[in-house]
Amino acid sequence: MTNWTLLQILEKYPFALAYFEQNKLDIAGYEDRTLEEYLDHFSELELEDQALDKEKILSDFPVYIEQMQSFLGVEEKNQVLSLTILAGHDKSGVTEGFEELTILTSQIISIVGPTGSGKSRLLADIEWAAQNDTPTGRSIHINGEVPDNKWRFSSNNRLVAQLSQNMNFVMDLTVQEFLNMHAVSRLVENPQSIINEIIKAANNLAGEKFDLTTPVTSLSGGQSRALMIADTAILSSSPIVLIDEIENAGIDRKKALELLVSSDKIVLMATHDPLLALIADKRIIIKNGGISKVIHTSDEEKELLVELEKMDSLIQHARQELRKGSHLSSEILA
Amino acid sequence: MNLIIFSGPPSSGKTSIILKVIASYNRRNIKVGVVKFDCLYTDDDAAYEKAGIPVKKGLSGALCPDHFFASNIEEVVSWGNQENLDLLITESAGLCNRCSPYLKDIKGVCVIDNLSGINTPKKIGPMLKSADFVVITKGDIVSQAEREVFASCVSSVNPRAITMHVNGLTGQGAYELGSLLYDEDQDIKSVQGMKLRFPMPAALCSYCLGETRIGEAYQMGNIKKMDLGADKK
Ligand SMILES: Nc1nc2c(ncn2[C@@H]2O[C@H](COP(=O)(O)OP(=O)(O)OP(=O)(O)O)[C@@H](O)[C@H]2O)c(=O)[nH]1
Ligand SMILES: [Mg+2]
Ligand SMILES: [Zn+2]
Ligand SMILES: [Zn+2]
Repeated sequence: MTNWTLLQILEKYPFALAYFEQNKLDIAGYEDRTLEEYLDHFSELELEDQALDKEKILSDFPVYIEQMQSFLGVEEKNQVLSLTILAGHDKSGVTEGFEELTILTSQIISIVGPTGSGKSRLLADIEWAAQNDTPTGRSIHINGEVPDNKWRFSSNNRLVAQLSQNMNFVMDLTVQEFLNMHAVSRLVENPQSIINEIIKAANNLAGEKFDLTTPVTSLSGGQSRALMIADTAILSSSPIVLIDEIENAGIDRKKALELLVSSDKIVLMATHDPLLALIADKRIIIKNGGISKVIHTSDEEKELLVELEKMDSLIQHARQELRKGSHLSSEILA
Repeated sequence: MNLIIFSGPPSSGKTSIILKVIASYNRRNIKVGVVKFDCLYTDDDAAYEKAGIPVKKGLSGALCPDHFFASNIEEVVSWGNQENLDLLITESAGLCNRCSPYLKDIKGVCVIDNLSGINTPKKIGPMLKSADFVVITKGDIVSQAEREVFASCVSSVNPRAITMHVNGLTGQGAYELGSLLYDEDQDIKSVQGMKLRFPMPAALCSYCLGETRIGEAYQMGNIKKMDLGADKK
């Protein structure tokens, strides 16, 4: 690659443009030169002025290309089909109350336990693909095996995507621009079709519709959550999604989970809301830094969930009627 | 003694991360001390003291904090050795986007936060580009998409660095970072003769030396003029 012209490089690796742009290398007019020849055109003064390190750029560039290529190839080659947690111990050194827990793609597992009980630690263990080398002594297997180190060190391949109630959009962009930026960074071939898919999915979740020209910062709480979930389901590279509570307002939470599941994600959901927790097949109980129990959602609990959902929809209905300015009567219970 | 140099824009989470990393060494009996370099003001020393960590601070005042770092690091390292530290961490507020405090052969960590905007990786120069580790904080308050885009901007300006997401509040990821930073076999007795990773600018103009008057007549030394374009009306 060292003796390729910049034009040849860009034809073979279109994403190299992002490298030049991020490093503020304006290559216009130098397309027929090699990278080294291009860098040679800077005078000493210009190099100092722009804080450019020629040697470093020359040695970094192939590393970047290699990373991006493996990122492109990763989806086909390294699909995550299962996550296994092998037990460690809690803060007092007591062995955890399970031996191993395997979660398959499209499964939902809920996590319960007071704040500070060790949820972050569990997440960190998964994200780091712990191999008995963290304070809990847990080990993580992917597809039944000790996972590749790239999950630890590559900035583009993260195991876990996170969604929480505290998250906000901070960029000042429209939904279209925002999704396009994400799609481009993920090297998607046809950004517009993915963008259309995401906005459609998001509107399917959100109570109130929005469109591509809406600025992301002016979305309501429910709309933001809907967009974040649709974007994570469809565009995120991470196979595991952690959800930290979703408020029951302005978003259809059941559909949101269905969307994630249908995108082959492994879903971990920290929640104390029975309507969500009981949707999961299993729930992890965290105490004193360790997993004290793994409970299978029983048939009785599943039946109870149906009743709880009815109660919830009654309350939702009453809320809507109130908003409309209606008088409420006990008829809504009928 | 181990030496690790932390740098990063103001309020990016350096102190929070350093405190969480130190806490992760608790069981390993590693004695850690911190020296904070800042420009005009810092109360980070109080935060370290509160955690029972030996700490010193240096304020550069009118100087670029990174120049100040370079002229003091030698003495700071001998302080660390006198205190019998196993690990000395320096925290520098990256106020000068042009300079960076990293030394060759010493681990350099840049802490930046997701809130700072996706143009930040472009703006901050050698402090980010020549770091061995890039720690991205505040992932708990921005969307997944923004985290992914931000991380990809970081890796395009510094593809060789190990990029990690660490939460300065919950400490998620700090243990892992800590396990990569401390090296049992490293023993730094002195940094004398070591080299900066990236040369600092040669700028020295009359204003550096206390000149306050405006006007060409008072400008000496390394003077650079903006190109305002002759044809602009
Ligand atoms: N939400 C959130 N806040 C964080 C995180 N990390 C740090 N903070 C907060 O960000 C603020 C600044 O953190 P510091 O650790 O003092 O940052 P710093 O880089 O040491 O700041 P200076 O030394 O003053 O330049 C504090 O209020 C922290 O609590 C994080 O991961 N998430
Ligand atoms: Mg600080
Ligand atoms: Zn400087
Ligand atoms: Zn000056």
